[in-house]
Amino acid sequence: MSIEQVVCVHLPVDEQMRIQKLRLAQEGPAQGLRRLSVVTGTHGDELEGQYVCYELARRIREQPQLLRGIVDIYPALNPLGIDSITRGVPGFDLDMNRIFPGSEDGSMAEYAANSIIRDIEGSDVCIDVHASNIFLREIPQVRVSETTARTLLPYARELNCDFIWVHASAPVLESTLAHTLNTRGVPTLVVEMGVGMRITRAFGDQLLSGIFHLMHSLGIWAGEAPDVREPIISTDGRVSFLNAPTLGMFVPTATHWENVHAGEIIGEIINPLTGEGTPIASPVDGLLFTLREYPLVYEGSLLARVLAREEVRA
Amino acid sequence: MIKETLFTLGSLYRDDLRVTGYRFGSGEHAACIVGALRGNEIQQMYVASQLVRALRGLEAEDGILPGKEILVIPSVNHFSMNIGKRFWSLDNTDINRMFPGYDQGETTQRIAAKLFERIRGYRYGMQFASFYMPGDFLPHVKMMDLGYQSPELGFDFGLPYVLLRTPRPYDSTTLNYNWQVFESQAFSVYTTATDEIDERSARESVDAVLRFLAARGVLRANSFGPGEPSRIVTEGELVAVHTPAAGIYRRFFVPGDRVREGQVLCEILHPLEGDTLARVVSPVTGRVFFAHHAPLAKERGVVYKIIRE
Repeated sequence: MSIEQVVCVHLPVDEQMRIQKLRLAQEGPAQGLRRLSVVTGTHGDELEGQYVCYELARRIREQPQLLRGIVDIYPALNPLGIDSITRGVPGFDLDMNRIFPGSEDGSMAEYAANSIIRDIEGSDVCIDVHASNIFLREIPQVRVSETTARTLLPYARELNCDFIWVHASAPVLESTLAHTLNTRGVPTLVVEMGVGMRITRAFGDQLLSGIFHLMHSLGIWAGEAPDVREPIISTDGRVSFLNAPTLGMFVPTATHWENVHAGEIIGEIINPLTGEGTPIASPVDGLLFTLREYPLVYEGSLLARVLAREEVRA
Repeated sequence: MIKETLFTLGSLYRDDLRVTGYRFGSGEHAACIVGALRGNEIQQMYVASQLVRALRGLEAEDGILPGKEILVIPSVNHFSMNIGKRFWSLDNTDINRMFPGYDQGETTQRIAAKLFERIRGYRYGMQFASFYMPGDFLPHVKMMDLGYQSPELGFDFGLPYVLLRTPRPYDSTTLNYNWQVFESQAFSVYTTATDEIDERSARESVDAVLRFLAARGVLRANSFGPGEPSRIVTEGELVAVHTPAAGIYRRFFVPGDRVREGQVLCEILHPLEGDTLARVVSPVTGRVFFAHHAPLAKERGVVYKIIRE
């Protein structure tokens, strides 16, 4: 076990910005060993991956004799953001997950992005754990683009998530960590779960079962492979978005991760100044897999996403 | 001049966000100019406001050619400007990363969609833009190299440089990029400052836009001077100068200055002890295009960009 430095940059006043990883490897030479990389913390307000990193390391360290390869854990790709509850890199305008592969000659954030990619390259699989932002709560899900679905779906099925969302590709997503690694031959899965600024232990434990299952499949873990659930797989076409039709405070009445019916009220947008309320109904029968957590809404704020029933498997 | 509210957005406890446009002339949608899309783009709003003032005078003197309409929108995100934020007040998203927008989407996607619906289709689109790093620029025009337009058009602004940028994936959601996709000739006009008002570069920028409009047959006469001879520069020609150390930054040159290879551009001082930690020298002879502005510098930070001569 070793803690290694991936990036180190001096900040103006007596501080170094360090991106570190924990390397857990079986005894002996590393050459030829299979490698899994687990990364999180690109967005400083997303903390769900922190528990996953801790628990993954703890369980492996508890039974190191079962490790048959290398597990690299990167708990904080954006350490300054995590420390300051800042989604992006403090002092830098662009979303860190929009600047990959970065550049050797770029700004500090671009240099860090480039160093991270070079460090992860060569892994057999990478899992990039995100939470939602502070506004929305998500069920554990894997998101893959249409262009990578053929390669990634077999891995995604092993992660014990409830839902695999195969989404359309977009030019702006070509600068994500996952896209960059996928184009460089590292199958990289993006996991979304929970809510920003919080840790949901049950979601973390669910994903950990999937990670150990995948490690077993990859031949990295000689322990038992936990059972994993069969995920719902859907494309964009079955996902209905509910955006706020008006402004106010959203108060949900439906329960996250439950089935809802078309026309069923899932919450209300209330105006505390006037005493008026606007009920919000589900547009379709399906699974409420995204639900707004932060109450204040403007017109257009996302309230919920429902996966239409046709795609829901019993 | 016709002043109109292009669209509004309600808020629970704040006043409505009103986005105001100023129309001059009538007829073909000849030119649209957008000022501040972000809350700290004070200079960009100021330049646009001075353009409104200048066009009002020109219109009174019959200076706009018949059959040509100009639309100026000085500010879009003053909701954030009024509370000292750069990005959208609630969720910190950047309106200039939301184009062409989506009228059924999130709030800033809807703002972008409402704006774009009103400003697409103009023959020329100009945005007073700001950069993602703190610093000062030599005034210039930036064009995205999408292959849809001729870079030589940028010469008509009479600014010394037309910067050609090869778009990166994250550029694909900016106003400039989408204006081009929807067949406008799009230009980002960079002035020296962002958070503060710089009168000299504001005047230069107003003159540059008026000069362009006159050269393109939108304004009646070019009484705004010939400007400077322009040269096309690609981003690859800009030499980035990094700091080898972090600390207090003391700069010796500003945008527009000429520097020689080996000349000391700036110093980095120890933040607690005051000694000089590093002297950063110019790797080339050329003209300063960009200079870091903040009093502190990180290690590896880009402090200068120089056009080699």
